[in-house]
Amino acid sequence: MKKALLGATLGALALGLSAAPNMAKADEIGACLITKTDINPFFVKMKEGATAASVALGIDLSTYAGKVDGDHETQVQAIESCIASGAKGILLTASDTKSIVSVVKKAQDAGLIVIALDTPLEPIGAADATFATDNFKAGELIGQWAAAKLGDKAADAKIAMLDLTPSAPSVDVLRDQGFMKGFGIDIKDPNKIGDEDDDRIVGHDVTNGNEEGGREAMENLMQQDPEINVVYTINEPAAAGAYEALKAFGMEKDVLIVSVDGGCPGVLNVRDGVIGATSQQYPLDMAYKGMEAIKAWADTGKKPANTEGLNFYDTGVNLVTDQAADGVPSIDVEEGMNRCWG
Amino acid sequence: MSDHAQTSRQKQDFEQTLESSDSSVAQFEHKQRNLFDSVQHFLHGNPTMVPIIVLVFSIVIFGFVAGAKFFSPFNLSLIMQQVSVIGILAAAQSLVILTAGIDLSVGAIMVLMSVIMGQLAITLGVPAPLAIAIGCVGGIAAGAMNGFLVTRIKLPPFIVTLGTWNIFFALNLWLSGAQSIRSQTLDEIAPLLKFFGESIAFGGARITYGSILMLVVFGVLWYILNHTSWGRHVYAIGDDKEAAELSGIRTNRTLIMVYGLAGLVCGIAAWASIGRVGSVSPQSFQEANLQSITAVVIGGISLFGGRGSIIGPLIGALIVGVFNSGLRLAGVDVLWQVFAIGWLTIIAVAIDQWIRKVSA
Repeated sequence: MKKALLGATLGALALGLSAAPNMAKADEIGACLITKTDINPFFVKMKEGATAASVALGIDLSTYAGKVDGDHETQVQAIESCIASGAKGILLTASDTKSIVSVVKKAQDAGLIVIALDTPLEPIGAADATFATDNFKAGELIGQWAAAKLGDKAADAKIAMLDLTPSAPSVDVLRDQGFMKGFGIDIKDPNKIGDEDDDRIVGHDVTNGNEEGGREAMENLMQQDPEINVVYTINEPAAAGAYEALKAFGMEKDVLIVSVDGGCPGVLNVRDGVIGATSQQYPLDMAYKGMEAIKAWADTGKKPANTEGLNFYDTGVNLVTDQAADGVPSIDVEEGMNRCWG
Repeated sequence: MSDHAQTSRQKQDFEQTLESSDSSVAQFEHKQRNLFDSVQHFLHGNPTMVPIIVLVFSIVIFGFVAGAKFFSPFNLSLIMQQVSVIGILAAAQSLVILTAGIDLSVGAIMVLMSVIMGQLAITLGVPAPLAIAIGCVGGIAAGAMNGFLVTRIKLPPFIVTLGTWNIFFALNLWLSGAQSIRSQTLDEIAPLLKFFGESIAFGGARITYGSILMLVVFGVLWYILNHTSWGRHVYAIGDDKEAAELSGIRTNRTLIMVYGLAGLVCGIAAWASIGRVGSVSPQSFQEANLQSITAVVIGGISLFGGRGSIIGPLIGALIVGVFNSGLRLAGVDVLWQVFAIGWLTIIAVAIDQWIRKVSA
């Protein structure tokens, strides 16, 4: 904690120092990008998009990140530093989507536009705009694909659900429930994981979104039912772990793995047959469009509009697979590779 | 004759008083031991018995609750696989805790070394055996750095390893670019890195080389700690560092070696973790530091140093594995597994405290 505090202080200091010459340089627009962590390639790509936009649009960008996913304190300090620096807007992927709202309000009162990237705040209206992947749709696409792939056999599929964490953040719920809906399962309450009573779902386990967790969760669910033939995974590292477990069971050929993200290693795994299909999202676009929105806000005072029928701006999602299924739109691995992140 | 006369003479006053007093030699008061005290004494002499009893009981209970699936050789060997990496880390952690220290950086050292092994072998094309050796030597260096800061700069182990945990973590992200090296790439270029993921079938059970490695690591450390003078020094330092110093043990040198050895074990764990996970994953094992401490504590090694058997943490890691597997097969939600392990840890420390209070 002390270290984080020191980092934030140093950051604020550096910002203060760099603000002086900037003021002389007329009124360059300031913006901040605050991500959950620097670990995840997803956020690394986001930073790339924001940096590219800052150069193209002539915006002065400062970036901050929490130490680990869930590091709420650092994000609060980052927003406070950002307000103090006189920036025009903040791009934020919140770690704690509820608690961050009060400090977001402070920034808005100080005249900044706050745009949530990837992760909606709770309530979603607390941010001026949200640029995100439609995670429910991302799940739905792989669900539809898996069902179409199995054809008649979908009626007696055995499905393992590899989720994120026990706390089940919104992205976890949306992808999980989206997949089931796409597969044709009655999901009951769409805000709750695990309340369905369809026998085809063997169980839900958590992976922490990495290979080790994916492997262990897969092993556990295989112990509950060795006849699993469909595996939903929260992201591609978890999918890679699940594949290793299946390989150890000698079952990697008989099981369909689907995932979400579209990172480059994930798309390579689609090419190599580890993952059947994955829903690709576009963090670079999120950040780039977010920066454009801050520029528009600074120039004209206009806020971005939502995608029709949704309460946020959908930055798009595509199903990546080389085994296209009837009635499910998809792009092939080659195009997926061209647009992948990480 | 006169002797007889003397003894038969009238006894003097003080002699009479003496005669009626207690004539036994001075000794400690003997408290009547009840069953409770006997148990306490027995456990004081055999601290590893607590985790062994807990392990046996939990296997029996989960055998009833979760049924035949739990008891299958396959599931029991799977539990071994699942705890192998944390088990090896717990062995490293035990070494440090036996000296009344703590090492928060074991998990970070392990992940960093696995990334170093992977990057050397895959990106730079270093032959796999050399990459693995460099990773193990790196582990020794990282551990020795902890030891140096603890002994020479005289900083508390908690603070030192809290700092190096962050440092190693940052280096891991820098070297890996936060990207995993895929399983397929490893198979193609350096399959040796995945050696410990391979397994031998044994009547329904599937025992990975990683599980065997864990047992070997514990066996070697058990021998070193119990049958070499260096090992006895480690216990002596943990029990009372000043007394150890006064009796001629070069405590600082021994401590640096303890941290270095722990680092080497982390390097070995790094190799095992690549086999277990199947890829080089900079994001896996984020909680390994704390899981290793949990295994050590449940295994009955005292956090105050100098007490407990190195075999304890092996049992501790297995208990955690048995609980997780059993609860899951019984259909219990994930968060209750976390809940159960939390209580188990607290109860383990409470039992340790109670045993330490043993009266003669």
